[in-house]
Amino acid sequence: MKYLVLILSFFLISCSSSKSPVDLAVESKVFHYGNGTEPQGLDPHIVTGVPEHHLLLALCEGLTSSNPRGGESLPGSASSWTVSEDGKTYTFYLQENGKWSNGDPVTANDFVWSWERILTASLGSQYPDMLYSVVNAEEFHTGLISDFSMVGVRAINEDVLQVTLKEPTPFFLGLLSHYSTWPVHKPTVLEHGSIDDRNGQWTRPGNFVCNGPFNLKSWELNKKIVVEKNPLYWDANIVELNEIHFYPISNEMTEERMFRAGQLHVTNTFPSNKCEPDIQEKNPNLQIHPYMGTYFYRFNTKNEALKDVRVRKALAYSIDRKKIVESVTRCGQIPAYSFTPPGSNGFFPDTKIPFDVELAKSLLKDAGYESGESFPVLEILFNTSEGHRKVALAIQQMWQQNLGINVELVNQDWKVYLSREMIGDFQVSRAGWIGDYEDPNTFLDTLRPNRGNNKTGWDNYEFDNLLIKANATLDTEERYKILMEAERLLIDEMPIAPIYTYVRVYQLHEDVKGWYPNILSHHHPKYLRIEND
Amino acid sequence: MLSIFFKRLLLAIPVLIVVASITFFLVRLAPGGPFDAEKAVSEQVMKNLNEVYNLNAPLSEQYFDYMSGVLVGDFGPSFRFPGRSVTELIMTGLPVTFELAIYSMLIALFIGVLSGVIAALKRNTFLDYIPMSIAMIGICVPTFLLGPLLVLIFGINLELLPVSGWDQLPGDKILPSITLGFAYAAYIARLSRGGMLEILNQDFIRTARAKGLSETRVITKHAMQGGLIPVVSFLGPAVAGLLAGSFVVETIFQIPGLGRFYVEAAFNRDYTMILGTTIFFSFMIVVFNLLSDMLALWLNPRSRDV
Repeated sequence: MKYLVLILSFFLISCSSSKSPVDLAVESKVFHYGNGTEPQGLDPHIVTGVPEHHLLLALCEGLTSSNPRGGESLPGSASSWTVSEDGKTYTFYLQENGKWSNGDPVTANDFVWSWERILTASLGSQYPDMLYSVVNAEEFHTGLISDFSMVGVRAINEDVLQVTLKEPTPFFLGLLSHYSTWPVHKPTVLEHGSIDDRNGQWTRPGNFVCNGPFNLKSWELNKKIVVEKNPLYWDANIVELNEIHFYPISNEMTEERMFRAGQLHVTNTFPSNKCEPDIQEKNPNLQIHPYMGTYFYRFNTKNEALKDVRVRKALAYSIDRKKIVESVTRCGQIPAYSFTPPGSNGFFPDTKIPFDVELAKSLLKDAGYESGESFPVLEILFNTSEGHRKVALAIQQMWQQNLGINVELVNQDWKVYLSREMIGDFQVSRAGWIGDYEDPNTFLDTLRPNRGNNKTGWDNYEFDNLLIKANATLDTEERYKILMEAERLLIDEMPIAPIYTYVRVYQLHEDVKGWYPNILSHHHPKYLRIEND
Repeated sequence: MLSIFFKRLLLAIPVLIVVASITFFLVRLAPGGPFDAEKAVSEQVMKNLNEVYNLNAPLSEQYFDYMSGVLVGDFGPSFRFPGRSVTELIMTGLPVTFELAIYSMLIALFIGVLSGVIAALKRNTFLDYIPMSIAMIGICVPTFLLGPLLVLIFGINLELLPVSGWDQLPGDKILPSITLGFAYAAYIARLSRGGMLEILNQDFIRTARAKGLSETRVITKHAMQGGLIPVVSFLGPAVAGLLAGSFVVETIFQIPGLGRFYVEAAFNRDYTMILGTTIFFSFMIVVFNLLSDMLALWLNPRSRDV
């Protein structure tokens, strides 16, 4: 027993004298990254999540690259590009010294083959629609044509890629910052499977070949993924980090403790119940920035009561958004009065959603519900989460008090919630949408008729035509006017009730430099530095 | 004894088949599928995905396909992690969970048996009350409270031990093993105290003492062999419980074990992964129960004839 205590004490003392990983990083240039959940994989044509995006930013590169400060895309695999006058033909000139991590040159044909791969139906990619604006891409994916040479992407020569679009798509360069449009190394993919093999082993350490600023070094499931600097990357001179360690940490409390113990430079999230006290205590590491996402409630417009726009407006007008962000979410969220978050690539919607109980009551009366009691019991569907529950409770109370209607809360497991939303088995459901690229289209497009993400049953062809018109308009000012009209129409019809604009809340260590807040929260690792002030 | 062992082992086969079949149909009954996501995929994409994983085939066909795969040890591909098979995922998480379970069990046995035996010997004194009160607290305090509490004290305030990880920083295995082991230590302490008290009143103990054997020898050689039988019977379910129930500790301490795969598979509707881990854990529970029964039989000659 005596020896045991002695050994244990020695062990504890030896542990306490060691420096934390973050302290050591100033010398070693190893960045410790809290990355949410375990990534599904590293194949850019198959994966779908945000943790995967963080990893792929380090490992691979598309034609354009995310701007660390947000806004206009920067050159990536393509050093420059030109757009034809009609806005339908893009010509990309690839980097002269663009190389795959095995030393092969990155060629225009690599892109052609990669786009053929993601559009191959049997691969089962979940993001082929990112390329649907390319001529015949949708037709190839849905099997209407089988000859890929008819699709509007071709290699003029080794270094020049030409893309032809159906319509001038002003946000096309933004789409290219999404990993589903990025290239994969054909010989490597084919060495470990066929073009449509989802289970190919090419993404394993040792096999993995890509063209980003870092190489895959090791991958331990549920533990960490290590990437190391790629000396063959065309812009390798700018890369200062030697390694990045990505930790899949699904528990926000664990992540917060790891940050406090010096095991992480950046966290993926922050415990919401700690937010307010930490804001008051002025935690210097706490970061709160506007995010291109909207928290909203969907109305099922096929529902007997909710098909009346006056009812939907009455419900939306009786929500006190300011109170929700100040008393419920309490972490810097911004009340939302439009679906598209303000500031999406310079787009600031001017729509208003008043908090006006009298107006709401009279709208409800006009709709035939003299008193709230005659209104059928309304259900709010949400998935299991303390945050969603609190918001739902607040809104339940507001509707009951302001309109006198009966509201019930329905809490479901994530997949049950998704499936009920999908088949329209709900009245009101909580929802959130995060933009895929920095343009209002990524929001408004989801509410067009026949879009899988609409889920409200609202099919307004006037709205649809406005978006089609906007997508064909090259002049940004003119285009934003049309989109503004669409946004006003949407808020006037109210198939959804925006609640608040998301903020990104996380902790960042003071040694980290080159990390700039931006609305998409894309932080390209090639610009990151670790310096002790 | 050997025949009992093989008979019990044979009985495990139908048990596992029933567990696998029930799980197979239950997971399919649950609403939502593996590819449902916040960003809805188009019908075309869903059709493609279902084709890739043969989910369009009639359920009976899928069932027989799956079961015939299991018979040859193939648990199929994971839906959540393309490119990884369920067997690979289990084999990745198992060694970690197993190691955690062993350390926790050793801690539990050391603390539990020691305090239980002392408490029985010093019955109705402070040496009985204090360990038994701590044991009661150990049973009542859940791991999701004890874990963060230990982390706060030893990891954040005293900065003595890492707050998370497994095999990454020196000493990172100490806190999770203590957290997981503590609850079991409490059970073992109470069981060994009870067992020892019963044995210490037996005639053969008095005889041993009368023969002039030293107290240490009486306790270690005679009393403990019988007094710890309840603990041995508890070990089987306890090890199985440690393996299958380490999810909370794995999450708190960021440990890449099997428990996290199991629970997350259920949330993700990763059909093959749910089935694979369920079958595997059932197998483990059957085996460890069997082993502890065998050990109890060996320790207690009277029950061998039954």
